[in-house]
Amino acid sequence: MTAVARVYRWEIAKLLAQKRTYLGLATVVAVPVIFVIVLTLKSGAPSGVPLGRYIRETGLAAPFVVLFFMSIWGLPLVTSLVAGDIVASETHNGTLKTILTRSRERGQVFTAKALAAITYTLTLVAVMGVVAVVAGSIAWGFHPLTSLSGTQVSAGHGLVLLLASLVVYCLPLAGIAAFGVLLSTVTRNSAASVVGALMWALLMQLLGVLPGTESIRPYLLGTQFDAWHGFLRVPVDWAPATRALWLCALYITGPLVAAYLFFLRRDVGSE
Amino acid sequence: MSAAAAPVETRGLVKRYGEIVAVDHVDLTVEPGDVFGYLGPNGAGKTTSLRIMLGLIRPSEGSARLFGRDPLIEGAKALAGVAGFVEAPRFYPYLSGRRNLQLLADYDDPVSRSRIEQTLELVELRERAKDKVGGYSHGMRQRLGIASALIRQPRLLLLDEPTTGLDPAGMRDMRDLVRRLAGEGITILLSSHLLSEVEELCNRVAIIRRGQIVYQGALQDLLGTAAISFQLRTPEPDRVRLILLAQPGVSDVRLENGELSFSADDDAVASATVAIGQARIPLTALVPQTPSLEELFLGMTGGESSDHDRPLAVAV
Repeated sequence: MTAVARVYRWEIAKLLAQKRTYLGLATVVAVPVIFVIVLTLKSGAPSGVPLGRYIRETGLAAPFVVLFFMSIWGLPLVTSLVAGDIVASETHNGTLKTILTRSRERGQVFTAKALAAITYTLTLVAVMGVVAVVAGSIAWGFHPLTSLSGTQVSAGHGLVLLLASLVVYCLPLAGIAAFGVLLSTVTRNSAASVVGALMWALLMQLLGVLPGTESIRPYLLGTQFDAWHGFLRVPVDWAPATRALWLCALYITGPLVAAYLFFLRRDVGSE
Repeated sequence: MSAAAAPVETRGLVKRYGEIVAVDHVDLTVEPGDVFGYLGPNGAGKTTSLRIMLGLIRPSEGSARLFGRDPLIEGAKALAGVAGFVEAPRFYPYLSGRRNLQLLADYDDPVSRSRIEQTLELVELRERAKDKVGGYSHGMRQRLGIASALIRQPRLLLLDEPTTGLDPAGMRDMRDLVRRLAGEGITILLSSHLLSEVEELCNRVAIIRRGQIVYQGALQDLLGTAAISFQLRTPEPDRVRLILLAQPGVSDVRLENGELSFSADDDAVASATVAIGQARIPLTALVPQTPSLEELFLGMTGGESSDHDRPLAVAV
């Protein structure tokens, strides 16, 4: 295990040395900041968004509203930007042969890479949540939150609900990351993997809105992006979160196991 | 792992890419202490064989063993004591030379890390070690490639065209380094399309052509086994010609402008001179014409030039 930990540490170091990593991080910092600044300068509330009309009541509403905006496209995009690149960039640089002729087994190298991609995903969501809470609280204070059911919850309890929401939201997002890692391993092409992972997200959304798909809808990856809404109800609706938990475990492990097996056997030739 | 196992042993190695056979039943044996030259035109299958040995690609048939261990079966464990690179060595351009080595040391067993500074010194990169590899010249990357191999303290070094793309001074330095490492007892398998390089550095060679080994053995034997041609001068060429034609083991007897030439091995030429002496015919000169490795190579590889990029099979 220490071998994987050492390789994992370098995977993180490699991410920290690449511009693309900061593109995603800058996005999840900028979006909540810009969002809060615009709403403090202009009157009116974001329309068509749950909690939108309570945005000025408490800074705690900001991360939820920003998550509503970012959950479908923004975060899947920035997460696949890194996940889709994590193996393909090594192929492109020719460094895969360099690291695979050392003492670490292919399985260890892949495990470290997959962990690094998931770490990046979790970091994006965490950073976005923290920035939104801080920016929102600076603008509108740290007050009790009005839930989707219309009842008030204390600020402390609201923070716990936010944490739970972010954790549950990370599950399907990690599913996108896992799919990006699979494409990155198989296609060996960074751009194709990023776009492909986004197409996977789109396909899952599309299936969800087509007529006749009602029976499978609860099991689509796209549906799990809304599972955290249950935490905004009083009492908390646990059913979507519970389903997201076991379903996303499949959406994460499926692609990762496939990618792992592919990585173990693939030829590392000149690309 | 048996201690007696050869550093490199491939048996019946085949790699097909669709219709193309890049490596065709290659049997190579590199003995401990060899500086083994793996010689062939570009695209003949040298790099593909090296990739298989390092476990980067899977052979279609056959096996490759390093000190008795097959990377296909044992994975990275088969590379214990082995280091090297295929094609140009590649590094993370956004990390410094030293950081790249630290990274690779952590992909090894912990012992490598302590050797980084002395190895940077050895390949004369210490002063540029803090710079990003993205700004390195080809020669510097090549030397960093050697450094990355040496921090593993290998007993076997696999080098794929280590001097290709280097300027004359860089080539000389690289050859000096290879000689020095060989002097330290490291077994070296070196692929090259440069005959002079192999002639200068190697004690044993294999020549590969279109994926097949056409010669394997000691360099001296390669030069010695070839039928050597002789030039002979005498006041009585017509009589000598008749004697030579009657000698077993002598062939290609030609008489041009009063000068005789013929092909023969050492024994045949010895008995020919005795026969000429017994006939009391004087000789004024008998000159062996040793073929150069170049001529042998061109003969074996079907006259395909070795010094130009002419892909013969798929370049992988």
